[in-house]
Amino acid sequence: MAFQIALNFFLALTWMFLKNSYDAGSLFAGYLTGFIIIFVFRRFFNSRFYGARIVAVIHLILVLLKEIVLSNLAVLKVVLKPKLDMQPGIFALPTELTKDWEILVLSSMITLTPGTLVMKVSDDNKILYVHAMDVPDVEATISSIKHSFERLIQEVSR
Amino acid sequence: MNEIVNVIIFILIILGAFLNLVAAFGVIRLPDVYTRNHAASKATTLGISAILLATFLYYYLEVGHFNARILLAIVFLFLTSPVSGHLINRAAYYSGVPLWEKSVRDELKTEKKQQL
Repeated sequence: MAFQIALNFFLALTWMFLKNSYDAGSLFAGYLTGFIIIFVFRRFFNSRFYGARIVAVIHLILVLLKEIVLSNLAVLKVVLKPKLDMQPGIFALPTELTKDWEILVLSSMITLTPGTLVMKVSDDNKILYVHAMDVPDVEATISSIKHSFERLIQEVSR
Repeated sequence: MNEIVNVIIFILIILGAFLNLVAAFGVIRLPDVYTRNHAASKATTLGISAILLATFLYYYLEVGHFNARILLAIVFLFLTSPVSGHLINRAAYYSGVPLWEKSVRDELKTEKKQQL
């Protein structure tokens, strides 16, 4: 991915030299042209076309923002409820992610989402221990985390 | 235009202050360290971000001064607050702070016993 971005900048510089105009506008035009060229030649690279990855990152950030707002509403509801009848607890969440940064992103996202907070990552990086505000629907929580966040992070790192 | 901007800034500041107030209530009201940490690490993050965003918008649209440091502060806040919440919880658990009596399950217990 880094190589593709560097190549794209190089193409933009080449475009500026060809046009003999050195300003932000022609850098942008050159970058756009290079982007299209890299897209056309995407099958010659070992990794995925980097535009797809940028789209995945933006998707991840949008989902994260939505979840942050939802989590605040959930905490608000629990705190302002007259009776304290939530059932907190700790459950284990098996994960398929392997790289360190993926697990960091996943646990940060879990901590910022409705009613869950990561307590510990097991030593072999396979299980996250999560403290939840309301445990009874653990299975549903696990499957929703797995289907949204883990899928999105895999989509970024694929 | 000016009125709309004022209304947006007003709403953001009120919302941020309200979220921080709720977080403070949560810290007082909730029963144990772990649930308090939920309130403290979530509601304050969004609350402070809303206030910072309102500050940014005010200085950008009313005074005409673009202050990138405020945006950077929001990013840093979102990067660091989950990590600090995680570390406080983990340190509390490993130094033996008990869960609330009404807690339902505790799957970390076996893991902790194996390590000690």
